[in-house]
Amino acid sequence: MSLELRGITKRFGALTANDSIDLKVESGEIHAILGENGAGKSTLMNIVYGLLSPDEGTISVDGKVIDIESPLDALAAGIGMVHQHFMLIPVFTVAENIVLGHEKVKGPGFLDLETARQEIKRVSAEFNFDVDPDALVEDLPVGIQQRVEIIRALIYDAKVLILDEPTAVLTPQETDELLRNMKKLRDQGTAIVFITHKLREVKIAADKITIIRRGAVVGTASPSASQEELASLMVGRPVSLDVKKAAPKLGQVMLKVENLNIHDHTGRTLVKNISFELRAGEVLAVAGVQGNGQSELAEAIVGLQEHIDGRITLDGEEIKVGRVRDALHAGIAFVPESREEDGLISSFSIEENLILDLHDLPPFAKGPVISQNAVAENASKRVVEFDIRAQSPKDAASSLSGGNKQKVVLARELSRPVKLVVASQPTRGLDVGSIEFVHERMIAERDSGRGVLLFSTELDEVIALADRIAVMYRGEFIAVVPADTSREELGLLMAGVKR
Amino acid sequence: MKKFLSKITLPALAFTMALFVSGILVAISDSKVLALKSSPLSMLAEAFSTAGSAYWALFRGSIFDPELAKANFIEGFYPLSETIVAASPLILTGLSVALAFKAGLFNIGAQGQFIAGAIGASFVGFHFELPIVIHSIAAIAAALVCAGLYGGFVGFLKARTGAHEVIVTIMLNYVAGYFLLWILSTSPFLRPGRQDPLAPEVRMSSRLPHLFGSELRANLGFFIALLAAVGIWWLLNRSTWGFKFRAVGANAAASKTAGISVGRSTTTVMFIAGALAGLGGAVQILGSEPALTAGVGGTFGFDAITVALLGRGTPLGTVFAALLFGALRAGGLTMQASTETPLDLILVIQALVVLFIAAPALIKAIFRLKNVDEGEALASKGWNG
Repeated sequence: MSLELRGITKRFGALTANDSIDLKVESGEIHAILGENGAGKSTLMNIVYGLLSPDEGTISVDGKVIDIESPLDALAAGIGMVHQHFMLIPVFTVAENIVLGHEKVKGPGFLDLETARQEIKRVSAEFNFDVDPDALVEDLPVGIQQRVEIIRALIYDAKVLILDEPTAVLTPQETDELLRNMKKLRDQGTAIVFITHKLREVKIAADKITIIRRGAVVGTASPSASQEELASLMVGRPVSLDVKKAAPKLGQVMLKVENLNIHDHTGRTLVKNISFELRAGEVLAVAGVQGNGQSELAEAIVGLQEHIDGRITLDGEEIKVGRVRDALHAGIAFVPESREEDGLISSFSIEENLILDLHDLPPFAKGPVISQNAVAENASKRVVEFDIRAQSPKDAASSLSGGNKQKVVLARELSRPVKLVVASQPTRGLDVGSIEFVHERMIAERDSGRGVLLFSTELDEVIALADRIAVMYRGEFIAVVPADTSREELGLLMAGVKR
Repeated sequence: MKKFLSKITLPALAFTMALFVSGILVAISDSKVLALKSSPLSMLAEAFSTAGSAYWALFRGSIFDPELAKANFIEGFYPLSETIVAASPLILTGLSVALAFKAGLFNIGAQGQFIAGAIGASFVGFHFELPIVIHSIAAIAAALVCAGLYGGFVGFLKARTGAHEVIVTIMLNYVAGYFLLWILSTSPFLRPGRQDPLAPEVRMSSRLPHLFGSELRANLGFFIALLAAVGIWWLLNRSTWGFKFRAVGANAAASKTAGISVGRSTTTVMFIAGALAGLGGAVQILGSEPALTAGVGGTFGFDAITVALLGRGTPLGTVFAALLFGALRAGGLTMQASTETPLDLILVIQALVVLFIAAPALIKAIFRLKNVDEGEALASKGWNG
């Protein structure tokens, strides 16, 4: 079976998300769609899956043009999709999730789960998926949840399987496992559309690569192309993937965390007994799979976590719970994990976002009045310094791209007198150009004698920036290792395996 | 200008649609119109004239009455003065709700805060003997403090315990209503020689002066309301406090992360919102209804929600929306008296306005609009806390 897209165009207002895209996917191949965040990959696939309708263009299966108006049409045409954010109900079992929307009954009102169970066992055995149909989805690790999604697609007889950023939430080992399974599926004749921005994975798994930039296909490449070549095609200019940095000049211990425990409001332990020290001029990277307590640890350091035991001190001064403002003014720059939710106020203008923390202090405030001039002046300086690309600093922050949003957050946080930078997933969802910028800035902060505490789930980033690596697993520092530790060992540690 | 037009398109169309639909209702509920079922054309004509005369009466009751103007031109504006009298408290309660909206809070408690303010103003107004001007100021100050504390208490509870302001304010409306009933039955609020719940009238020295002579009831309260609107605009858009309020309202998590105290903002906003509604109560007592009664609150606090909604949460919008509602109130009485249209039609119009505003998709579909500023979905905001 083959899936062919012709001249797919989709506009959102003035923005052309997809500009006359042609794409052909054949059975028995893994076709990678490579592009930066916001390039239009997901829009394209949502069109194929019937979640969006194209303004122009046709979709044909085996040479026959078909109309896809809903995911049901897509499934009927043999197209299945595994979304970046899983569409599973946590409190349902695997079998219940899989029959959802296609429930079969035996007798009036009695759900027939047995057929689904058998099917799940069959597919699971065929691919060594090891999925228990009666397990609750919420009890399963993310990697297994993803398999449930894949099984769902296979049970409904998907001949074309779309995987949207499938490795974003996986450990390195789980990623390798997934790539192996993709190849197995391909060998059995499934066509796989693999959407990603991770070059390493593309090179390992893909048979064909189509590169999308700003909504248009800018070229194809073979998996033998180098990562630099692929990145350049993706970004549209030569990029360097290495971060240049000299040996660290270590100073005094500045951040000290002692026996830190963090609980949520129900009393569940999120961070367990963590102690560490960070010196001036050092990058300590905290690696780990998403959801192992990193976000909570990062927040605790600026006083944002409520239920904590233990002590956090910056240059001997204790950081107190709830006193975020004091922590920030004591010299911590905080780049939160979710810039949309915690970093920016999207309905506020860029210039307002740049003074969120300092709006009631001179020069921005003259008594109770905010000085519009000072605000505008500050914004025009920061926009230049941090290369924020916006039409006007008076535009709403929501009009910015992800990379520019992050630059606004960085510009704000680094414009106070800073001793320590706490950055949580600072490059998540950013384009290659912005990633370069953020990385350079982190190293620059380190070199000017500040401490940098970096939380990242991207192993490449950790390896590129760290002077020391702490691996977090289930709320604990499972190990603190030197920066030259091998990828494999870090991967194992991230999965909780200690040698 | 274009931005402004796109902002008012939706409320304006919603109001027009509401008038149109209500007009149909008036026409088809009229027996004369229904009697002409057999000849559609004359039925249509009759329907137009019925709806037309109802709306003409509404106009005469709210803006200008040519009949009254014949004797004395100024008196032709008696209806407009009534509109202003009805609108003044509504501007203030509307501002109370609008300000809270901007700070991410849904203040359903303007009713209770209005009553708290009215009690405070009334007590100072009739109990003390003070010189003119000072007496008014003292009465207003009493209203601000009573109602401010009444509102601020809600904010404090929310900041400290997380109690949802919607539930708390609804409950406090009952508390205020029953407290008013009780206090009217006790000294010194019980008028000497009377058994019914009616407080003494506030002294002349405390009353707000009339604007256009003693024949027209329009009084200084209207200017107080306008001044408050300007003040709130300044607070929201120019001051450091307003910056905090708007930041917390737009994104509490990001505000907290940037070191803004969400709890302090919540408490302060609710204090100011309460004080605004209380000022409405003071304007009502000192301006047009000098004696405190059990019914002093009317529906000022509840209509305020609609007014703030129609005004899209902005001070200027709230002023216009309140004037419109004031006009409907004033005109509705004339309409009922001079045509057979019941006063309830006003409620229908108000309800339809809310319906059309709350469902912008509907208006957009009817008029095939694109690129109209829907504003924040005020109607649904606030509930998810």
